[in-house]
Amino acid sequence: MTGDDAPLLEVRGVHVGYDVKGGVARAVDGVDLSMKSGEIVALVGESGCGKTTLARTIMGLRVPDEGEIRFRGETLGRDRRSLREHRQHAQMIFQDPTGALNARQTIYEAVAEGVRIQGVEGNEEQLVADALARSGLRPPESFFTRYPYEISGGQRQRVVIAGAMVLNPSLLVADEPVSALDASVRGEILALMLKLVRDTGVGILVVTHDLGLAWNVADRVAVMYLGRIVEEGPTEELLTSPRHPYTRALLSVVPEVAEMEQQILTGEAPDPTRIPPGCRFHPRCPVVESGEAERLGILERCRGEDPLMLPACHAVAQPAAAGETA
Amino acid sequence: MSTEEHFLRVRDLHVTYAPRGAAVPAVRGVDLDLHPGETLGLAGESGCGKSSMAAALLRLLPKGTKVTGEVLLDGEDVLKMRPGRLRAVRWTDLAIVFQGALHTLNPVQRVGDQIGEAIRLHSKDGRGKVSTRVGELLELVGLPARRARDYPHELSGGQRQRVLIGLALACEPRLLVADEPTTALDVMVQAQVLRLLEELQREFGLGIIFITHDLSTLAELSDRIAVMYAGRIVEQGPAEQVFTHAAHPYTRALGAAFPIIGDPAFRMTPAGVPGDPPDPRYLPSGCPFHPRCASAIDICKSIDVELWPAGEAREAACVHASGAPVATA
Amino acid sequence: MNAIAAPSSRRITWQRRRRALAAAWREFRGHKPGMVGLAVLGLIVVMALAAPLIADESGLRAINTTENPVWASPSEFGPLGTDNYGRSVWTQFVWGARISLLVGLAATILATVIGSVVGIVAGFQGGIVRSVLMRVTEWFLVIPFLPLAIVLAVILGPSILNIILVIGITSWPSNARVICAQVLTLRERDYVDRSRALGASNWHLMTRHIVPNVAPLILATTTLTVPVVILTEATLSFLGLGDPANISWGTMLDQAFEQGAVTQEAWWYFGPPGLGVLLVALSFTLIGTALEEILDPRLKERG
Repeated sequence: MTGDDAPLLEVRGVHVGYDVKGGVARAVDGVDLSMKSGEIVALVGESGCGKTTLARTIMGLRVPDEGEIRFRGETLGRDRRSLREHRQHAQMIFQDPTGALNARQTIYEAVAEGVRIQGVEGNEEQLVADALARSGLRPPESFFTRYPYEISGGQRQRVVIAGAMVLNPSLLVADEPVSALDASVRGEILALMLKLVRDTGVGILVVTHDLGLAWNVADRVAVMYLGRIVEEGPTEELLTSPRHPYTRALLSVVPEVAEMEQQILTGEAPDPTRIPPGCRFHPRCPVVESGEAERLGILERCRGEDPLMLPACHAVAQPAAAGETA
Repeated sequence: MSTEEHFLRVRDLHVTYAPRGAAVPAVRGVDLDLHPGETLGLAGESGCGKSSMAAALLRLLPKGTKVTGEVLLDGEDVLKMRPGRLRAVRWTDLAIVFQGALHTLNPVQRVGDQIGEAIRLHSKDGRGKVSTRVGELLELVGLPARRARDYPHELSGGQRQRVLIGLALACEPRLLVADEPTTALDVMVQAQVLRLLEELQREFGLGIIFITHDLSTLAELSDRIAVMYAGRIVEQGPAEQVFTHAAHPYTRALGAAFPIIGDPAFRMTPAGVPGDPPDPRYLPSGCPFHPRCASAIDICKSIDVELWPAGEAREAACVHASGAPVATA
Repeated sequence: MNAIAAPSSRRITWQRRRRALAAAWREFRGHKPGMVGLAVLGLIVVMALAAPLIADESGLRAINTTENPVWASPSEFGPLGTDNYGRSVWTQFVWGARISLLVGLAATILATVIGSVVGIVAGFQGGIVRSVLMRVTEWFLVIPFLPLAIVLAVILGPSILNIILVIGITSWPSNARVICAQVLTLRERDYVDRSRALGASNWHLMTRHIVPNVAPLILATTTLTVPVVILTEATLSFLGLGDPANISWGTMLDQAFEQGAVTQEAWWYFGPPGLGVLLVALSFTLIGTALEEILDPRLKERG
């Protein structure tokens, strides 16, 4: 299925690992994900869950060890040329806008860079001016000769967005786009992202640890834990009636959640070189700890069987699982 | 120590940096009160002066910084203390917990030694005693005692934050000032650290000043909230009320940046304020928030509003705060 | 939306760059030691350039000076007296300055170019390339520098070009290491990642992002390399490995020694060249330190 009905992005069985001291860190350990045009998907998880690695793999900055990435129905090649071409269609926004801009380049040069590298046709100045204007920097000409240190953090992020959007990508991967910005400035950037989706139909994959952000702007949410997506679904459903114990625990500790008993997990997520057997969440899972798993008779499965369905939880798959939903 | 008495009273605090001549007014007249066992949340973004204020409480600002006003710790003015007395007071009465970034701890010193150093500066205990105490402190903050032998980079972010809390408690202070302690941490680790602080507060009757830009965290944790903007406090009051029924437009904007999950009013409606937090060197005329304020009227450009009553035990520095605050949610 | 003609925005960018340069110059002017170094260097350079006007070149060859008194002190035969062959020391000094400065500059440029290329490529590529290049660099650093220079000079034969080559080849390693270290950090910056995400090739990344950001470091290390090079040239020439046809300050010192100037107590022969080398080395050092100070904090301020 190619053409307009094909999903914008399809990630199938992707595995990405790193060689580190002490073994292989399985940062992305079998992920399936799909996205449509004009959709905003939030990829949430804590640090070390592999979401940034997955984002970079989708961008083509990293080649997966296994699995494939299909973009608009076509498989993404692994050679340099197809990856370079891919960059015309998928662009990235970074967490720290100050670091993402070369302090020695003017705003104009920063936005024009993509145009020059990809050899985009058209009047370069016009393209740059349009991109800046669409990112809310008006009048765009006044920004041409300024340097990053002369504008604010929010404006720098707009410049980064302009630099990405000038190439007219169909997919935007935003890695923590607002976490480095002041709280009162975040709304503006998020509003800009929504506007871009409305105006251009671009699809945005937002990588974040902030569930409130997901509630604010995302159509769908995918929750990642230790290299796997453990739950996925429409935002309203997932964040109000989470089913996976990890999602439930995560939501329970977020201060912005309306009334939920706190489930503070002990310890921190184990490192990706030593992923637990069976369900990777079982050592910290409240369902296991409270004895619920044993009562349901699934304790053995939690410890030994890798849950491959979604939500990735044996307790959820049980028809008569107590404490589920609502 | 009577409970009616304020343990900490800050009056008309001004902090002005003067690097190479140009004066930068970071704090422009702040009044604060804190009772023992109370948690005061201080909310604000970059440039509002909150970190400068925290450092001023212990006179930890660089040489040449002008600090005026009063910082009364149990009636004694910290700003007027002699160096010997100040050193004795530092850490034993008031301690600071910083962000647990890698550079807050000495990277080439074991964490146990760093905690031990704090203890040894204020007591004459022998090595054995100090080491025992270090072990106790680590266990108190939820780390196994043997971690004393680790270097900062061998610990995770959450663990480092715990070490910093342990370090702050080393001399049994009565007041803890926590400056953005959980900002860089994951949500789950943040919850762990916050719960730890709550437990410690209950156990030791600590007063805590919690400084952060995350208003929603403060709503849960604090008894009272004070919101800072451009070097001044623009709103003060009971935590729950300030968060849900903000009287100052800036507080409202800050609150709106943290959407309440489950509340349909926050779906697809990112709310932000145009512009950026002001540079303390170039403050707007009149009310410093007026260029970004949706409710600004003519008078806001010329009058810099003082804090005035906006409800019971509440104050706000806004012309609209007539005692009838507007709900945020 | 009015489209601005492309040239004008570029012109404005150039104007800004010139203004930034002017600001840097103003800052430099405030740095006293740096200005002293610049002044001294300026004087010496002017003197070297004016050589044909202030000293007769023919006076460098002994056959032309048979009428002059030998070992005349400056008071007897100005301005700097004569040597064993009656040649004017002043003439030698002025013309020698040219050679010393020329060799100094050329060898420095050679060392800088090699060192920068090696450092940038090693730092940027990482992995095996870096290992190999750094091992080569370390090899050069470990070998005692002077014996290596001597051997090379002997093999290549005495001529200005060869001296420049020898010094260039033996001076690049220290630059390479410093630059490699800096490039390693620069490579991890977000803006490099962003450029890569835009589709940039390695060449684009190296030339557009790495080089401009490592350039201040290169400039600072270059100005600090010159003194080393000048002293090296003086040493080699003093050891007799210099070009006998082109007299330099080092050669002067060598000749002074050989002609027995010390026994003759002819201080005017070995004093000036020694002083000259010292002054040039010192002035470059002062300028280099000033540049380092200026360029570093500005980068921090801008971030």
